[in-house]
Amino acid sequence: MRIAVASGKGGTGKTTVALGLAMVAEAVTLVDCDVEEPDDHIFLGGRGDLVEEVTIPVVRVDETACTLCGECARVCAYGAIAVLKDQVMVVDEMCHGCGACGIVCPVDAIFEERRRIGEVWLRERGGIHLYTGFLDVGQPLATPIITRLKALVGREGLLIYDSPPGTACPVVETVRDADHCILVTEPTPFGLFDLTMAVDMIRELDVPFDVVVNRDRDDFPDMDDYLRAEGIQVLMRIPDSMEIARLYSRGVHFVEEMPEWRERFSDLLVKVIGGGVR
Amino acid sequence: MTVKRLLVMSGKGGTGKTTVVASFAALADRPVMADCDVDAPDLHLVLDPDLVSSHIYHGLKVAQVDHELCTLCGTCVSTCRFDAISEDVHVDAIGCEGCGACVLVCPEIAITMAERVTGEVYSSTTRFGPMAHARLRAGEEASGKLVMEVRKLADDMAKETGRTLEIIDGPPGIGCPAISALSGVDALLIVAEPTLSGRQGMERVVGLAQHFNIPAMAVVNRSDLNQVEATTIEQWCRGQDVRVMDRLPYDDAATDAMIAGTTVVEHGEGPLAKALRTLWNDVCVALDNYCQEVKG
Amino acid sequence: MIIGIPTSGNDLSADVEQRFGRCQRFLIVDSGTMDFHVVDNSALAMGGGAGVRAAQQVVDEGVEAVIAGEVGPKAYEVLERANIKVYARVTGTVRDALDLVRSDMAKGADGPTGPARHGR
Repeated sequence: MRIAVASGKGGTGKTTVALGLAMVAEAVTLVDCDVEEPDDHIFLGGRGDLVEEVTIPVVRVDETACTLCGECARVCAYGAIAVLKDQVMVVDEMCHGCGACGIVCPVDAIFEERRRIGEVWLRERGGIHLYTGFLDVGQPLATPIITRLKALVGREGLLIYDSPPGTACPVVETVRDADHCILVTEPTPFGLFDLTMAVDMIRELDVPFDVVVNRDRDDFPDMDDYLRAEGIQVLMRIPDSMEIARLYSRGVHFVEEMPEWRERFSDLLVKVIGGGVR
Repeated sequence: MTVKRLLVMSGKGGTGKTTVVASFAALADRPVMADCDVDAPDLHLVLDPDLVSSHIYHGLKVAQVDHELCTLCGTCVSTCRFDAISEDVHVDAIGCEGCGACVLVCPEIAITMAERVTGEVYSSTTRFGPMAHARLRAGEEASGKLVMEVRKLADDMAKETGRTLEIIDGPPGIGCPAISALSGVDALLIVAEPTLSGRQGMERVVGLAQHFNIPAMAVVNRSDLNQVEATTIEQWCRGQDVRVMDRLPYDDAATDAMIAGTTVVEHGEGPLAKALRTLWNDVCVALDNYCQEVKG
Repeated sequence: MIIGIPTSGNDLSADVEQRFGRCQRFLIVDSGTMDFHVVDNSALAMGGGAGVRAAQQVVDEGVEAVIAGEVGPKAYEVLERANIKVYARVTGTVRDALDLVRSDMAKGADGPTGPARHGR
């Protein structure tokens, strides 16, 4: 079963919920798909061991075969190739590895190399296998690492995807094949606005979902009004607690220090799994 | 008349970046605001902009199959590197990256590339000045390009109104949108939270700023949550040549102001409001210095 | 020499457009004879990578120099590799721009100008 934990707004508590579920499960693969800012490993004692370097294809030109006809530059949708009077220039970070230039080249002068964009690490603790993706600083494309993470972990057993924030491409890549998604939100104007965008995205992807409200407080009724009006179920509420926040700041998940929360996360896990596989 | 550009980022979300930017807008002298967090734009919730104009932003194209011509030969399916065409030759618009390789190989010329609505760019006015912002449609790529559109619109606004200061609310992370937001700014202010996660997030943003050679400042927000961690973060910053600004305290005024739809410094004169005023003064001085250094 | 200038107009009295990659069209002029023609910017249709595509276009037109407002880092890289001289931060009409370059008062750019003026 694949559970994705996502949210429109960053910092609402995705990691809190993803880790909480992982910590009460018997055996689970937790996948940190927030490859630009991963933090699950902080709560599990470190990143563990390097699994692999993640590479993506980048085109190169065989200058001995190239006739400088310029077809490759004309067809490239990303501005990754420029054909000058005497050479072909490839702008590596623009290349999406689509293969179009290779298709049009009349003399077969285009080949591909791999270039590194990041890494995957594995940390095992108790029943948790944590896979973390790290995007190299300065690299623009995060999504290929998420694709690679998913290929590595497969589809068997209980999988929890800790998603990046927002609703853009990397989030969609994380969430699209999940059996169930938990959207985490906080009852503030920013939280509500970003939640509405996340709900739109999830509905477009046709993934069943529920909500967990984190840092719950009672001075913003708009949040509950919205959830009620949309018929969205709230599976759990975590209060706005200084104690929880302090533990978090030290890299400790409150499930480990506050036993009543072990039970509540167990209940949450049962509810979500019970919701069924697609 | 050179425009000074200040970008505010945080690395990970939820550190209070937009709250800080909103108060900067209130305190600044004739600023132009740009909300470059196009995935989850929140600044408008506090600055209450009046829309002047908007335009659709088209990013990558999307492949369209004419099923009258398609013979289901499957060549496009095996050509697509992004698994965006199903076995029965239906294009998954969200997966399609608009490369056009399928168009090239289709023997029946049954595929064309169509425009798609990637997002919308808004030109607005607020009580503090003009504001450039945008919204990205769910699942779209190239939000870095949309960020660039917002940046360019802000530049145009500065030019038209003769304003010389841009305050930019940045996106989370360090990928394409963050890189776009960073380019061409004069200084970066990182709003950090005193947590282990926050520290890691901040370190990666500092790495990005160093990669692009942008001078950086850092301020720890909600510092009383964990003073020890706040100190650790500040020590690390000093070691990395990141200027450390005076801490911002935890204060319910942040959420109260947000719920009231206003900025912290307009909402009262509590500890956070005072600290934000000090921060803004210090940031202005630093920003001027950075701009001088480049000229000289 | 052959010079390429981004513009939104159609002749020498048109303004130099400030952004190289996203201009409406390029005016290609022979600074000796002042003969010119105008081509639409093929990069406008692109989602991203417009700078590189625009640079490709002026390369194809055989220009030896470019006069513009802001030139982004990727466009600049292509122009530099192609040995095309870049005059940046120029405003005014195309005619004014040509005068500036002729009188050698326009500053040659030794790096990209806008959006990435700090580093590449």
